[in-house]
Amino acid sequence: MNAAQGSEAETVLRLSGITKRFGTLVANDAISLSLKRGEVVALLGENGAGKTTLMNILFGHYTADEGEIEVFGKPLPAGDPNAALGAGIGMVHQHFTLADQMTVLENIVLGTQSLWSLNLGKSRARAKIRQLATDYGLEVDPDRMITELSVGERQRVEILKALYREARILILDEPTAVLTPMETEALFATLQKLVAAGLSVIFISHKLGEVQSVSDRVVVLRGGKLAGERMTSEATRRELAELMVGGQLPVNEIGPSTPRDVLFELRSVSTPSMGGAALRQISMQLRGGEITGLAGISGNGQAALAALIAGTLEAREGEIVVHGAPAGRWSPRAALDRGLGRIPEDRHATGMIGDMSVAENVISEAYRSPRFSRFGFLDWKAAAAFADDIIKAYDVKCPSADARVRLLSGGNMQKLILGRALDGDPDIILASQPTRGLDVGAVAYVHARLIEARDRGAAVLLISEDLDEIQTLSDRILVIHRGRLSKPSLRGERSVMELGELMAGHGVEEGADHAA
Amino acid sequence: MNVSEAFEILFTASFWVAAIRIASPLIFATMGELICERAGVLNLGIEGIMVAGAFSGWFTVYMGGDLWTGVFVAALTGAMFGLLHGFLTVPLGLSQHVTGIGITLLAASLTYFTYRILLPEVSSPPKIEPFQPFAVPLLSDIPVIGPALFNQTPLTYLAYFTVAAVAFIFYRTPVGVAVRAVGENPAAVEAQGISVTAVRIGAVMAGSALMAVGGAFLTMSAFNSFFFEMINGRGWIAIALVVFGSWRPGKALIGAILFAAFDAYQVRLQQITGGVIPYQIFLMMPFVLSIVALVVVARRATYPKALMVPYQKGER
Amino acid sequence: MRLEPRPSSSGAAKILWPAGAILATVVFSSVLVMIAGASPFTVFWLVIKGAAGSQFALLETLTRATPLIFTGLAVAVAFRAKLWNIGAEAQLYLGAVMTVVIGTGAVTLPSAGLIPLIMIAAMLTGALTLLGPAILKTKFGVDEVVTTLLLNFIVLLFVSMLLEGPLKDPMGMGWPQSKRVIADAQLPRLIKGKRLHFGFILAIASAIVVWVIMKKTTLGYEMRAVGHNAEAARFAGIPVNRVIAKTALLSGGLAALAGFSEVAGLKGNLTLDLSPGYGYTGIVVAMLAMLNPLGVIAAAIFVAGIFVGADAMSRSANVPSYIAEVMVATSLLTMVAAIMLMRYRVRWR
Repeated sequence: MNAAQGSEAETVLRLSGITKRFGTLVANDAISLSLKRGEVVALLGENGAGKTTLMNILFGHYTADEGEIEVFGKPLPAGDPNAALGAGIGMVHQHFTLADQMTVLENIVLGTQSLWSLNLGKSRARAKIRQLATDYGLEVDPDRMITELSVGERQRVEILKALYREARILILDEPTAVLTPMETEALFATLQKLVAAGLSVIFISHKLGEVQSVSDRVVVLRGGKLAGERMTSEATRRELAELMVGGQLPVNEIGPSTPRDVLFELRSVSTPSMGGAALRQISMQLRGGEITGLAGISGNGQAALAALIAGTLEAREGEIVVHGAPAGRWSPRAALDRGLGRIPEDRHATGMIGDMSVAENVISEAYRSPRFSRFGFLDWKAAAAFADDIIKAYDVKCPSADARVRLLSGGNMQKLILGRALDGDPDIILASQPTRGLDVGAVAYVHARLIEARDRGAAVLLISEDLDEIQTLSDRILVIHRGRLSKPSLRGERSVMELGELMAGHGVEEGADHAA
Repeated sequence: MNVSEAFEILFTASFWVAAIRIASPLIFATMGELICERAGVLNLGIEGIMVAGAFSGWFTVYMGGDLWTGVFVAALTGAMFGLLHGFLTVPLGLSQHVTGIGITLLAASLTYFTYRILLPEVSSPPKIEPFQPFAVPLLSDIPVIGPALFNQTPLTYLAYFTVAAVAFIFYRTPVGVAVRAVGENPAAVEAQGISVTAVRIGAVMAGSALMAVGGAFLTMSAFNSFFFEMINGRGWIAIALVVFGSWRPGKALIGAILFAAFDAYQVRLQQITGGVIPYQIFLMMPFVLSIVALVVVARRATYPKALMVPYQKGER
Repeated sequence: MRLEPRPSSSGAAKILWPAGAILATVVFSSVLVMIAGASPFTVFWLVIKGAAGSQFALLETLTRATPLIFTGLAVAVAFRAKLWNIGAEAQLYLGAVMTVVIGTGAVTLPSAGLIPLIMIAAMLTGALTLLGPAILKTKFGVDEVVTTLLLNFIVLLFVSMLLEGPLKDPMGMGWPQSKRVIADAQLPRLIKGKRLHFGFILAIASAIVVWVIMKKTTLGYEMRAVGHNAEAARFAGIPVNRVIAKTALLSGGLAALAGFSEVAGLKGNLTLDLSPGYGYTGIVVAMLAMLNPLGVIAAAIFVAGIFVGADAMSRSANVPSYIAEVMVATSLLTMVAAIMLMRYRVRWR
């Protein structure tokens, strides 16, 4: 966007030889990086490449084992978020660091004044926030509670937090992951204004497209090492992709679908809220042999829909129909008994019990069946054998079936969940954010298994906030907005921008009444 | 029993005087627990900390200290136990339930041990000259409410002040915002350059100091001596009152006064009924009431999001 | 500072950390003993001698350990499922009440029928006592810590009311105590003329049964799953609320057995000082045992030894017997810290 201002521009930030180890894992291996005034540097790398660790070191959450950091020519003391903030570094974390039951203003002024002052200085703060908001296109009411804000607004608050402290260097960690295409455009416009005002930006991402459109320079990390550095204008997409994954991007072949009967159906179902929006009279059908993708911005009812289908959230009204027959009382047990395979959104909180072993985890949906227990006594040998089967079949890297699940990587944990959910070839599959936080290899693996299930005739519902993922895998796409569904569209029928419009709520209301 | 007689009690000044007196230690204790919980730390050490505060304040005065010195020593004692609870639950992240119970057992048993060492010979505990009621000019002349609210001991006035101060600090000062934020989302506080550990331990110490002053109220204002078992569940009731007050200082104050009024009322009712109903029934009522209150509000309560969730730096 | 999980704890760490906890407790109490003006060596020698120095001392320690095994098991079972039962004291007393209600002559049966009947009735009473808070927790979201704590006070007042009313012993010279249970309802003594009774055997058997339940059965599996991660358990189709209810029944029943065995095995009748806080001490016992049912036996004997030893010690040395309570409370805190440090490594910065 902004032309790099050549060699004469002042270097505002220099990382040299940063190394960080966690036990035997080397998360950052001698990484060096510099940032100039008015420049946008993209830090590109897949999940687990070490981007977030590097930024956490810069921001003082972690202390590097080796290496130095210089900000505006001065060395930055390690391990002290205050020093980073004081030196003019602001960070917008991927998971927002906001206190929900407090106002925008309270969140912004937190930590900007002496703790022992007897005055919060609200009116002055309010004026300053308003000014910054208008200057950079970050409109948000300072007196509203964070809970009342949309995801996009919350991100604006995060940026305002940094600007309020007069940050000169802004780090954005995967900022577009939660935005609609339009909001992404608006964010890029804001970044342009910031750079014009002399700020420098580090933009962390694993998406090639946006890296190319927003940055002046790209630094690529792979496996904790610096894989390469290119001027954006001189790099091709293919070149960046190869730097990022160290070879060809794995591509899954997905053939045309052969739609079969409707296996699962919701008929004007409403639910209470699950943090985000509640479902309002939604209807949908899942056909065998198809992947149905549900796109939408986080917090628009995906969580409620996933919980409803998984059986952990009860519907207020409406009907669940499985294999053409009303399902009756729905619960996790009922869902399992009707042959649903379920992959939950949050591996750690919902999917697995971290302090229990692999074997104990894989039997958690079937421990009462005669396969694993008799007269109330568990057959631990059968459990261990089942765990070993999954470990082998799904290529799970873990020491043994007795290992605590907490010690496994995210990808291996997800493979265990897949193994558990797909055991017995369920013909209805709920996959909620199945690839979140996984590296490219693991993502491809999960995708391949879902496609495989589709091809053997299962109905798959894929809920994802990653529009690319939805578009690649889905035979049919639905968009959810504020708890209502759009009309479905077939593969390729709607463009990204059209889907983005729906995600922003244009046209979903009307479609809701006659959704398929 | 006479119904109108039972009803008339509510309009006597002496009843409300007693109610406010009963409320005072609960107000301190409830504010103390509220501060801890708003910072995300459940403090089940409250019962024992109140015992320690009751003893240390009283003993300071017994040894010739000034009454206010006694209050200060009680607060200091409480803060020390708070430091221990904070250290074990915040940076070490130990179970807040188990640690809290441990603090209660430790504080109470240490107090009894110390009592036996310091006063080995006494058969009945010695008395001190406690805080005396002080009528606030003008305000105490208002009928019924005046004497109830404004003819109390200075410690009761300190209790009122504490509620106002807690409310002011929470909503009007940077440190209060930090405490609330650390109980909602510690990462938000860490990201703004404030140490979560420091804020949480500080809040637990301050809260524990208030609990101890609540205990000291019993030995230095309500009574004039230290007895074993004199806290008698008041700490646990304060925990219930925090929930009942939805973690808000004002609501918790109202809860404490309502509760104390009920308690004062049952004592009087007991006298009127003249032994027809076993006295234990009356003594049970405050505890039963606490449970009922919890059931009524539990569903609607919006508790601090990070309550009882240990925080690890850099974890999101 | 931050904590990093250790991949696995070495055998040495599993011994050294808990040993360190005990050592810290001993050091801290030594300081207190010195403040009291006595020599720690003398005092600890007296405590050990008083707890295990003679057949009498040893039997007394095991007698005192019996109710602690029951309450320790009650707490261990409940805490495993993260049901914070701080109300073992109440369950114990109501178990004792039921023992007295049935055992003082209301039902006459031969011993072999009467004792199991009383046992089951007492267990049911305790089970239902904890079921209340468990239901309030699952149906209304009321924290069971507070309700079980408050119930302790309510139940003690209730028992006091019974002992001054319907259960009062007319021959008790006005003391608030119940009649004695009839001979057929009494548990036999293990050694003629000594206080150790059959309740101890029952406690050991209970520990073994609980161990089997936790390790081998679907119920134990469900309880552990719910305790470690209730949300994931629910997602997997484990009936979380029902598991919590079952846990409450089991835990409350075990605590009630403590009351049953104290009345039927040791005291013979019910008084208001039946339990000097066995319900609360059960928490310490369970934590010292790291919630392992078989460990509870050892932990209960250890804690009982401290109490019995300190009683004996305070008669000869000039140190208040409250030192025992201080040691028990300190060992609870040091032990939970030690368990944490055994599993996590502290990294500064």
